Amino acid sequence: MMFTDETSESVAVESQWRRSHELKQESKSCQTATLKSAEVGAQAVYRSESATQTDPHSQLSQDPHLTRHSELESPGLVDFLNRVTDVVIRELAKNSRSHAFDGFEVNWEDQNRTVLCIHCLQYCEAQQRKLHVTSLSWNCTGSVIACAFGHTDDGDWTTEKSFVCTWNLNRRGLDPKRPDVVIDAATSVMCVSFHPSRPSLIAGGLYNGEVVVWDTSQTQDPVLAQTGMSPDTHRDPVCQVYWVPTGRRGEFAVLSAGSGGRLLLWTIGEDSKLVLSSGYALSSQQLPQSSTGAKARGGSTVGISSLDLSPWDRDVFLVGSEGGLVLKCSFSATEVAAVTPDGESVTLRAPAQVSYSPRCGPVHDLHCSPFHRNLFLSVGTDGFAHLHSLLQPQPLMSLRVSDSYVFAVRWSPTRPLLFAAATGEGTVQIFDLGLMSLRPLATIGQDSGGQPIYCLEFNPRLPQLLAAGNNNGTVNIWQLSTELTEQGLREAAQLEQIANGVAE
Amino acid sequence: TLYIFSKLFGTVVKISKAREWIARETEVEETLKRIESRKGVIGTIVVNAEGIPIRTTLDNSTTVQYVGLLHHLAMKARNTVRELDPQNDLTFLRVRSRKHEIMVAPDKDYLLIVIQSSGD
Repeated sequence: MMFTDETSESVAVESQWRRSHELKQESKSCQTATLKSAEVGAQAVYRSESATQTDPHSQLSQDPHLTRHSELESPGLVDFLNRVTDVVIRELAKNSRSHAFDGFEVNWEDQNRTVLCIHCLQYCEAQQRKLHVTSLSWNCTGSVIACAFGHTDDGDWTTEKSFVCTWNLNRRGLDPKRPDVVIDAATSVMCVSFHPSRPSLIAGGLYNGEVVVWDTSQTQDPVLAQTGMSPDTHRDPVCQVYWVPTGRRGEFAVLSAGSGGRLLLWTIGEDSKLVLSSGYALSSQQLPQSSTGAKARGGSTVGISSLDLSPWDRDVFLVGSEGGLVLKCSFSATEVAAVTPDGESVTLRAPAQVSYSPRCGPVHDLHCSPFHRNLFLSVGTDGFAHLHSLLQPQPLMSLRVSDSYVFAVRWSPTRPLLFAAATGEGTVQIFDLGLMSLRPLATIGQDSGGQPIYCLEFNPRLPQLLAAGNNNGTVNIWQLSTELTEQGLREAAQLEQIANGVAE
Repeated sequence: TLYIFSKLFGTVVKISKAREWIARETEVEETLKRIESRKGVIGTIVVNAEGIPIRTTLDNSTTVQYVGLLHHLAMKARNTVRELDPQNDLTFLRVRSRKHEIMVAPDKDYLLIVIQSSGD
C-alpha cells in the first residue's frame, strides 16, 4: 500500500455566497437612501410654493371685498355723482369769481365799540421813587404781564435800586396797586422779556450792562442766572433782550443789545452764570453803504437803541441806532468786527448787511410784521412811523404819528393792516393801512395826563388786550374794540399789495 | 365635469363683476378729483342716507364733525322748504362763512359736501 500525499482542491463556496449576499445588501441600502432624500426634497418644494400663494391670494381677496362693500352699501353712487357734479363745479367756479360778498360784514356778536381801560397797574414804591415804566412783556400764556421800572431821563450813572413787577390778570382779587411778584434789581431795568415757552422765566437787561434771567416761581432767590461783572458783559445800558431759539430743540439763548454797539448771545450755564456763546459789534467803518450816502454820526461804535428779530427768517434781525441808522443784520455773518477787543472771550463779528435810509434822531423802536416777511415799522424822534420793506432802502410809506417823539410801535397780532404807536404826548395812535389815510383810526389814552408812553405790547394770546407803560410808573391795560381786533376780508392780500405795489 | 364647468363659470362671472366694480370705483374717484381740482376747494365728502361718510378727502375727525352737523342741517333745510310748499323741494344748499363756503348737493340716497375757501 502506498500512501501518497493527496491534495484536495479547495472549494470556492464562500465567494459565491458572499457575493450574492453582498449584492443583496448593496441594492437594499441604495434603494432606501434614494427614497428618503427624494421625499424630503418634495416636501420642501411644496412648502415654499404654498408660501408664494398666500401673497397674491390676500391681495385678490382684499380688492373685491372693498368694492363689494362699497357696491353693496352705495348703489347708485355713480349716478348720483354724475347728476350733481356739474352743478357743484358750476357753483364752485362761480363762487371763486364772485365778489358778491366783498365788504359784507355780519353783526353776530355784541361788538365792543369802545376801547376801555380795564386795569391801571401801579407799584407804590416805584411811584414814590418816580421810576418810569421802561419795558413790558406778556408771558407765553398771556395771563401775566411783567413790567420793568427804571430811570430813562438822567444820563448819569445811577446806582439807584429798581424793580421788575408781575401781575397775573386772570387772578381773582387782582390788586392793581400790588404786584404778585416784586423782584429787586441793583440798577434801572431797561428791558424785560418773558421766555417764549416757560411762563415763569424773565430775561432782563440792566442800566449797568448786566443781563439777568429771573425765575418768578422761586420766591427765595428769583435770580436763575446772570452775567455778573465779567469782561464779557456790556459796559453800557442794555436796551433790549430777546429769547433766540438755539439749534437744539426747545432751547433758547438770550440775545442782548447794548448802547455800546454790542450784541451778545448768552446761554444759561452752570452755577447760575450766563455764558457768552457769540457776540457781534457794529462799527461805523463796516456799515453797508446806504443809497442816500448819508454818513453815520458818532464815534467808531454804533450805539444800538432798538432791536427786533424777524419771525420769518431766523437768521435776520434788525437794529436801530442812536444815530438814526436802521440796519438789517445776519446771525451767520463771519466778518470780524473792526473794534478794539475789550477782553471778550469770543471774537466779535460784524453782522450788518443792509442799511436803510437813516433818520435824524435815535430809532426808538422797530417791529417786523407778523403777516408779511418783508415789512417792518420803525419809529423815532422824528414823530413818524416809517413802513419799510426789507428789499428797498427808502420807506414804502411814512405816517405822521405825533408832533412829539414816538417811543414804541407794535403790529397788531390779529389784523395784518393795523399797528399801534406810543407817543411822547401820552397817546397810543392806532393806524389802519387799509384806510389809505394818513390819519389814525383811533387814538387812545388822551386823558392819561400827557405822560409819555415808553412801551407798548399786544397780548399774544388775548389780542384785544394792549398794555402801555408810561412815564409816571403806570401800566394801562386797554381792551380794544372789535373793529381793532377782528381781521377783515382780504386784509392779508391788501398788505401784500402794499408790500409789492409801492415797491415797484 | 359639470362641477368644474359650474365652478369656471362662477369665476368668470365674478371676474366680470369685479371689473365692473373697479370701473365704477375709478369713475367715482375721477369725479371727486375733478371737483377737488377746482379753485379754492378744501375738501369733498360723500355721505349716504344714514349720515355715514363713505368717501372723503379730509382727515377722519374733521370729516365726522362736518358730516354730523351738515347732514342735520341739510335735512332741516329740506323740511323747511317742503313745509313752506309741499310741491317744492330743496335742490342745493350753500353756507357762506367768514372762512369757507360749504356746498351741499342733496339727493334721496346721498349728500355731496364740498368745502371751498371763501377768500381769494
